[in-house]
Amino acid sequence: MRKTVQNLKVIANLRLNDDHHILRLQSADKLEQIHPGQFANLLVANSSTVFLRRPFSIYSVDYTLNTISVYIKIIGEGTRALSKAVVGSEIDTMFPLGNKFTLPTEKEKVLLVGGGSGVASLMSLAQSLHAKSNEVAILIGARSSKDLVELDEFSKFGTVYTTTEDGTQGVKGYVTNHPVLDLELSAFQRVYSCGPEPMMKAVAKKAKEKSIFCELSLENTMACGFGVCLCCITKTIDGHKCVCTEGPVFNINILKWEI
Amino acid sequence: MGDLTVNIHNLKLKNPVLTASGTFGYGLEYDDFIDVSRLGGIVVKGTTIHPRQGNEYPRMAETASGMLNSVGLQNKGAKYFATDIYPKLLKYDTNILVNVSGSTIEEYIACAEIINELDHIPGIELNISCPNVKEGGMAFGTSCASIDAVVSAVRKVYHKTMVVKLSPNVTDIGELARAAEASGADSLSLINTLMAMAIDAERRKPILATITGGLSGPAVKPIALRQVWEVSKSVKVPIIGMGGIMNATDAIEFFLAGASAIQVGTANYLDPMITIKIIDGIDDYLNRHKFSSIHDIIGGLQL
Repeated sequence: MRKTVQNLKVIANLRLNDDHHILRLQSADKLEQIHPGQFANLLVANSSTVFLRRPFSIYSVDYTLNTISVYIKIIGEGTRALSKAVVGSEIDTMFPLGNKFTLPTEKEKVLLVGGGSGVASLMSLAQSLHAKSNEVAILIGARSSKDLVELDEFSKFGTVYTTTEDGTQGVKGYVTNHPVLDLELSAFQRVYSCGPEPMMKAVAKKAKEKSIFCELSLENTMACGFGVCLCCITKTIDGHKCVCTEGPVFNINILKWEI
Repeated sequence: MGDLTVNIHNLKLKNPVLTASGTFGYGLEYDDFIDVSRLGGIVVKGTTIHPRQGNEYPRMAETASGMLNSVGLQNKGAKYFATDIYPKLLKYDTNILVNVSGSTIEEYIACAEIINELDHIPGIELNISCPNVKEGGMAFGTSCASIDAVVSAVRKVYHKTMVVKLSPNVTDIGELARAAEASGADSLSLINTLMAMAIDAERRKPILATITGGLSGPAVKPIALRQVWEVSKSVKVPIIGMGGIMNATDAIEFFLAGASAIQVGTANYLDPMITIKIIDGIDDYLNRHKFSSIHDIIGGLQL
């Protein structure tokens, strides 16, 4: 659908743990297609300190209820204020923004690798891939078991693997320590990832070594979200690109990353 | 409905609301949100003769009631604009101005010459006030001698409306405004961003890769109003005011201070429909105060 700014009604504010919330926001209009990888830019109203909108991956879309969900990790004052959104209130939302993940045209075996709040951009992707009968594996890394959220939801769309840095759940260590991203990686035709940059670099390196198609969803600070401020750039083989419009999804072969 | 039309030299604006360079792309990015042709004019992204990659990342820092940027005139060059962008802008029924910048006087001249050839670009905004480039930019805009050198040189090759965009990072803006007027500026626009910086205390590092950047947003409005006021007392050419305009009331304040037109900048990031709301809000103000024309409030500050 084309980009729009609307007051969306908060119909649910789900607290996942101390610092993770999912807001479900309803449009008064019929939603047109929103693609996996796209994001929304939320205004933090009546804040004396937060000036700019805050970008969030669109976590899921419900075309029957005309809702989008965003996954919020509390980082600073903007995200804290949004995490306190009251059901029934409205949030000024600009969406859908950005490009999208490239989905396979034929059935493939695909691996999704998420770390931290990076899982936010992978839920709708997992859903879409599953709906097109791809064989989906989802590897999620976190600091500790309490940071692993929404695993049941992910498991509806594929096989879920986990790692934790403290070993409280799944394989101990980073996602790159998991066999699915190591010895078993050659079994996959595609890898998608979103998470902290060191993690995505490690994932990209693994995929590149085995010449597997790999797309990453990048995070960046943005002033506008629709390609006019030129603040959220990343270096590519074609020069600086805006993460908000030419991304957030980039193929690893385009990025000028030292991997 | 009040009369919102204003003239800036030879430009006939259907209303006094334009967009500030660097905050509105080429206008095309706003097609999803608004009818761009409703605007009095748009000033497209800063353009240089040679393509520029701009500065390193991070380029942006959010601050109290505003933000810093250090984009550094990232653009694909004047020839790319003429061949690839310009044809797409012909659909708009509004005044399209190109913001022209350079590192040397020769670069300003070469860029202005290319833009001069484009029939549907009725004017340029000469940017002698960008704080984010190492060479040229603001360096030209902070002394009377260098303003005279660059404005006079471009005046010789550019024959349509030439607006000169002034820097606020000066001691006496009235004096510099007079220098720009004497050198051939048809109009003056101000303010560009204020040189500023932001520091991450935890990391003990500057937030911007370039250490300093330009401050914009409502934080700068009082400074912008004061400088528009000073310039309006110093020159006869029309003034285009900008700096932290977030709504119609802010815009009215600039008209009262002496601006004949205004530009909306950073507010476009927060609300891409804000320019249309400001046009409607100005009209409401005129009706509410029973003014028949925008000219009734330009320079209309009651002292």
